Amino acid sequence: MFLHDIGIIPGGQKTDAVGKDTLSITNLSRRGFVVGSSLFVVGVALAGCSSYEEPKIDPDAIDLPEAGPSPLTEVKGGDATPALWIAIEEDGTVKITCHRSEMGQQVWTSMAQIVADELEADWSKVQIVQAEGHERYGDQNTDGSRSVRYNFHRLRLAGAAMRQMLTEAAAVYWKMQPSECSASQGLVSNSQNSDTLSYGNLAKLAARLQVPGEADITVKDPKDWRYINKEIPSLTIPQITRGEGTFGIDVDKPGMVYAVIARPPQLFGKTGAVRDADTLAVPGVLQTVKLPDAKPPALFQALGGIAVVAEDTWAAIQGRNALEVDWIDGPNAGYDSEAFAEQMQQTAKRSGTVRRKRGNVASGLSSAANRIEAEYYAPHLSQSPMEPPAATAQWDGDKLECWACVQDPQATRQTLSDLLKIDKENITVNATWLGGAFGRKSKPDFVVEAALIAKEVGKPVKVTWTREDEVRHGYYHSVSAQRLEAGMDENGRCTSYLHRTVFPPIASTFVPGMDVPTDGEMGLGATDVPFAMPNLQVESGNAKGHLRIGWLRSVSNIYHAFAVQSFAAEMAHAAGRDQKEYLLELIGDARTIDPGDEGATYPNYDASIEEYPIETARLTNVVNMAADMAKWGRDLPSGHGLGIAVHRSFLSYIATVIEVAVGADGTLTIPGVWLALDAGTVINPRHARAQMEGGTIYGLSNALFGEITAKDGAVVQDNFPSWRVLRMGEAPRAFEVEIVKSNSAPAGVGEPATPPAAPALTNAIFNATGHRIRKLPIIGASGSKLSLPAKETA
Amino acid sequence: MATTLNINGKDETIDAAPGTPLLWVLRDHLKMTGTKFGCGVAQCGACTVHVDGAPTRSCITAHDSLDGAKVTTIEGVQGRAADAIREVWVKNDVPQCGYCQSGQIMAATALLAENSSPSDEDIDAAMSGNICRCATYMSIRRAIKEAASEV
Repeated sequence: MFLHDIGIIPGGQKTDAVGKDTLSITNLSRRGFVVGSSLFVVGVALAGCSSYEEPKIDPDAIDLPEAGPSPLTEVKGGDATPALWIAIEEDGTVKITCHRSEMGQQVWTSMAQIVADELEADWSKVQIVQAEGHERYGDQNTDGSRSVRYNFHRLRLAGAAMRQMLTEAAAVYWKMQPSECSASQGLVSNSQNSDTLSYGNLAKLAARLQVPGEADITVKDPKDWRYINKEIPSLTIPQITRGEGTFGIDVDKPGMVYAVIARPPQLFGKTGAVRDADTLAVPGVLQTVKLPDAKPPALFQALGGIAVVAEDTWAAIQGRNALEVDWIDGPNAGYDSEAFAEQMQQTAKRSGTVRRKRGNVASGLSSAANRIEAEYYAPHLSQSPMEPPAATAQWDGDKLECWACVQDPQATRQTLSDLLKIDKENITVNATWLGGAFGRKSKPDFVVEAALIAKEVGKPVKVTWTREDEVRHGYYHSVSAQRLEAGMDENGRCTSYLHRTVFPPIASTFVPGMDVPTDGEMGLGATDVPFAMPNLQVESGNAKGHLRIGWLRSVSNIYHAFAVQSFAAEMAHAAGRDQKEYLLELIGDARTIDPGDEGATYPNYDASIEEYPIETARLTNVVNMAADMAKWGRDLPSGHGLGIAVHRSFLSYIATVIEVAVGADGTLTIPGVWLALDAGTVINPRHARAQMEGGTIYGLSNALFGEITAKDGAVVQDNFPSWRVLRMGEAPRAFEVEIVKSNSAPAGVGEPATPPAAPALTNAIFNATGHRIRKLPIIGASGSKLSLPAKETA
Repeated sequence: MATTLNINGKDETIDAAPGTPLLWVLRDHLKMTGTKFGCGVAQCGACTVHVDGAPTRSCITAHDSLDGAKVTTIEGVQGRAADAIREVWVKNDVPQCGYCQSGQIMAATALLAENSSPSDEDIDAAMSGNICRCATYMSIRRAIKEAASEV
């Protein structure tokens, strides 16, 4: 989720194409992709040759015209200049820069697959360099499931341009035509003899050649892909299995001290009297630091409170436990999520603001042969990555350097500049590995905290959020109340559909008093509904935010898909029809849909609707695939049920079928999940399947157990298990994924498996038991096992 | 007050406050950051190490209670079970973000060392204390069974 998608925070993260760094990079583009200078000779044994000794190229001995600037600085997606992305060392090591944050989606591997394929690099020589936060890389906000979509084109160009320059360098050396030379697996060969030149040997000469323009670059035919769309193993996992690699919480700097923070329980609560004598008496505690009180809007400010600084994390935690603070109530002191739910449900009963309109829903409903209506509720959620937020900051005079598990190092840098009033040029932000993120780590408030404390302490400071901090002081997935109504004709066919959705918008975190759901959020599963009935209306109702509202894996798609796909099954039931057949009827004939034609302002995930239309044929296809995989319609044991849901999000199409087994005592287990994905071109099918499993389980965890509530303005939950998440024994026993083979433009895979999970589950529970769940979570935190209320089970 | 701990076969002298959990001694004092913090209350398993071979939550285990014990961490765990687990973890790309995986690998290694052909129920019992928010549970289950067939 991009902030500018929802119409707030203008500017901040846009690339500034003109500037000192851009110029230095332009210069780099001609010279920069060679590292190291020691002379050596490469010995390569070739098939058919007893021995071939590759001559060492002296690039300075070859006359070449001075090359001009890179013509690839502004291609689709940004700068594709090879030197920005690729450095080849003399030993043949290929260093590929990854400007997106690695958080388990295997973006290191996927970005490298794209570059290395077009480059014809030897995969065993590939290494990753994690980029710092800088505009030169273009968008770095690793959010919105779009790393591949945004970068596929330009990274292919960068790799192919480099391959062509290496090939041309060999041609120059051999005094042949480039067309007589070809590159493969890190070596250039020619059609006249059996000589070869290695990339490491050619790199310096190639660096002096003109970077080709886009029209002169030939990317590979997909049939020749060597790494793209292949199950290339992850580049990070070997280190992970040895406990290596640096997450944000693992950063260590000489002289570093450790901090945890006691924050006001309420958003915009203030720090009153502080008694820290007992804190300072804890062995290892060094000092306390008062942070400035936060003021609306929340933005990415630090939340205020008192930091406890110590010689290790444990001493800091003990010091915080001993701290006494008189917190002063703020404007959210009265927030009670239970009472607020009631208010939102009342709002959902009243007419709202029309956000998309087809035909006349009011008359369609009043003339319908049969009408149904249903109300749905979904609570606040916490992202809860296994690595809680953690950041290290170090000042050197007026220069600030930070190391942190951030999804968007550029926004982090901008935020630090804005809030600490320092020139961005004096700030360096290094993204570490992220131990999960799910949207939490695109909010850099924790880096601001580290910078503020480090400034006060005069040493490098690592701020660690404990799990309690993460659960109680987050940027929460929004709470929502929705109402749907449908009118059907005498054959059970849906003729009118009304969807009204009420939720505090993410914008409330950024604009004081903002209570109107934004077009971006409405376009996540509400205004983009793909149904074909003649009368359709989507409305929104206003709601104020009282916690920091943020984005969480798949964002508003979670509650919208839950309501819409549950209601589709409710319509099927009312019509006496099969869920899957009725769903296909609702979707209707093969066509493309532009919600803009029906009055919606539809961002389409920041993509053009022409390039990425809403295609109903792709929805229908994945529905049929998932149903076939699950053997939809088969005889099931007593207490079992299959449920289906389909949803397009992040430009991908996913249908999920879930089987549940409900015991006589209400015990609920999930014997199987079958999922069909159409994400267009998929870079790594194995890793895409992992995201399908992960995204689905994330959705099931939320639906079964997830609930953040607030009382007197403060979040009630504090750690596992009061904030409960799904565990191994509760995971589905079987999970099958099929991916549509496609060369269509690449779409997202990190988030779109989450939305259909909850409605597929509740639709399955309905088919197993006759019990319709309209309020989440299904089980909640306190159940000792997966169980439904016994009286509800059939 | 200095304490001597045997970690991965090596004696380490620790100067941490009495009662400091092993987790923070490993991470902050010895700079062995492979063992992770997840919850601090023995609910998530990210901090799992072996104490005399038994999976143990280092976040609630006072370091000064381990006099004479042998502590093994992700950095040092080895042997047939650990080798097999690491091999299938890499071969199958089991982890996603990897943050919980030190704990998962330590728990899985201890399971396999005790039980060379664990059933689904055995795996649930041994692994349900280890939370993974990326939800690698199915991959872990498959990988443990595959590793078991190789041990």
